[in-house]
Amino acid sequence: MAQITLIEAVTQALAYEMAHDDSVVVLGEDVGVNGGVFRATQGLQEKFGELRVLDTPLDETTIAGVTVGLAVQGMKPVAEAQFEGFIYPMMEQIACHAARMRNRTRGRLTVPAVFRAPWGGGIRAPEHHSEANEHLFTNIPGLRVVMPSSPARAYGLLLAAIRDPDPVMFFEPKRIYRQYKEEVPDDGEALPLDVCFVLRDGTDVTLVTWGAQVKEALEAADELAQQGISAEVIDVATLTPLDFDTIAESVQKTGRCVIVHEAPKTAGFGAEIAARLAEECMYDLLAPVERVTGFDTHIPLFRLEMKYMPSVERVVDAAKRTLAAS
Amino acid sequence: MTIAAKFEIEYLQYLDAEGKQVRDDLPEFAKDLDHMVELYKLMLSTRVFDAKSIALQRTGKLGTYASCLGHEAAHVGIGSAMKPEDVYAPSYREYGAQLYRGVQPREVYMYWGGDERGNDYQKEPARHDFAWSVPIATQCLHAAGSALAFKIRGEKRVAVCTIGDGGSSKGDFYGAINIAGAQNLPLVCVIVNNQWAISVPRKIQSGAPTLAQKGIAAGLFSIQVDGNDIIAVRKAMEDALERARSGQGGSVIEAVTYRLGDHTTADDARRYRGEQEVKDGWEKEPMKRLRKWLVAKKVWDDAKEEAWKAECDEWMDNEVNAYLETRTQPVSAMFDYIFAEVPADLAKQRDYVLSLENQLESKKGH
Repeated sequence: MAQITLIEAVTQALAYEMAHDDSVVVLGEDVGVNGGVFRATQGLQEKFGELRVLDTPLDETTIAGVTVGLAVQGMKPVAEAQFEGFIYPMMEQIACHAARMRNRTRGRLTVPAVFRAPWGGGIRAPEHHSEANEHLFTNIPGLRVVMPSSPARAYGLLLAAIRDPDPVMFFEPKRIYRQYKEEVPDDGEALPLDVCFVLRDGTDVTLVTWGAQVKEALEAADELAQQGISAEVIDVATLTPLDFDTIAESVQKTGRCVIVHEAPKTAGFGAEIAARLAEECMYDLLAPVERVTGFDTHIPLFRLEMKYMPSVERVVDAAKRTLAAS
Repeated sequence: MTIAAKFEIEYLQYLDAEGKQVRDDLPEFAKDLDHMVELYKLMLSTRVFDAKSIALQRTGKLGTYASCLGHEAAHVGIGSAMKPEDVYAPSYREYGAQLYRGVQPREVYMYWGGDERGNDYQKEPARHDFAWSVPIATQCLHAAGSALAFKIRGEKRVAVCTIGDGGSSKGDFYGAINIAGAQNLPLVCVIVNNQWAISVPRKIQSGAPTLAQKGIAAGLFSIQVDGNDIIAVRKAMEDALERARSGQGGSVIEAVTYRLGDHTTADDARRYRGEQEVKDGWEKEPMKRLRKWLVAKKVWDDAKEEAWKAECDEWMDNEVNAYLETRTQPVSAMFDYIFAEVPADLAKQRDYVLSLENQLESKKGH
């Protein structure tokens, strides 16, 4: 069985679902002949034709609005925003229509669509190509916000997202698009949405994260282990609707929590998790909840971008602070 | 001088403001006078419906309502030209088209009366149409996406959207006609130019002498019609639908009309436009000219008018009663349609609200 990268897992999932469901179509800028600027749709147009793998005019609003129309007509569109930083023109169509179509028509019309976007920084890209803004979507009712952190989860979660009867924002951490390979059987098996994945068991502190920061969290857990500290690592995977129970169970066990995310700190999705911990797990906590995040700045251009990102050191320090507090 | 490309915009009118036929080549449907009477009757029932809606709002039985007064020819012309299998994506005042496609007045009242069930159109073909779109021009892209679905599946269906003159300023409108041109989509976009976007007049929306010509930029067939002349609107629609259905591409139709009423019941148009302009608007309104024409053809008269109005009144009274008898949805309805299944986390919020409701009920019981 072939070992594949996260980006290849995206392609594999798209190809699988397009081959098994005629209603699945892919649309976006450069997704056709070029196979997407990251090659996520490589080879799909050759297999499935120009209509099912559609190069759109260069207008994100058009991509999002046409996606809503396709989905209402019973297609399962998978739209690509070429970069997370280009997604803003899509917001009105996503928030006002995709996310509320089912509710406002009492279920008469629905939008079974996926909006994919390469997400986050760390690849020395130009300005507007490195945004982490998942929190702008987690506050919109009616949307699922999903972020894979490995090739296998990219494959399984993308299949689940396409099959889901409601709109899903599928943010792909491009920093780890090609970070490593693993075996991902092309068996069409989806992973469950709406659940967090416990990637590593631990007893002293819970590291909660998603997307590319799973890499730092796992590395931090290794380093903490060397110092005799046992860290549990949770990949949130589906941010909304949130599987808070899995996080709560872990924190009830460890009594400590460090939330790690790339987006700016204030009103980032970490704030929601911290608030829920305060509401529901206050008396299980042995130390204040820590957040290791991007700063309340724009992500710098690439010479400084890694200074902005949560680093392994910052995660380790935060975890140790929670242990020092109790 | 070398000309790279040259364009013109046809203006289409059959009946002038006085009901005089200005050209002899009447389209086939207009030669069928029984059918023309049917169209007139629906325009009249739309007007009766609209007056009833405003009365409901003024007496506190409806929230804010967007009137369609003066748009009856444009709207009925659009709705009557479409086939049942086509899909319609309206903005928020095209009741004449929607009543034709099976939207019930009680559903309009429910929507503006604060109940989402008003968007759950029960009768076909409206049941597969889009619901009202409040965010301006966004529905154009839903129509374009629908048209793309029809093209992918090889279905001979057309997606129709309507916007106002203000809507033609938005990128969503251009995006829709642009992809329709690029992909040869079966899309018909009608700009119902009623001269006003709330308080902003047509001339502030665009320096283009016609709004129809915006379609030229997208490579679509584009035409301007007298939007108060139902024959012109219907003819332009039929031609556009036929072209789209037979794979010859999309169209933009600018239907020039006039908003005789306020933008909505929350608006007072006297703040920004003069009485004379509105008087002129009434001179050109769509009902009078068609009535004159039908009376001259001896297929309509005052007695028929009164009889039909009475029927409409009865219809609307029934609809109003059905609306007023509709019970408010249970509070759980707020949660039940956010996703196909209520996620566990959301169910907790629903249960909390239900517990509050139960407390209220038990207090009432004491």
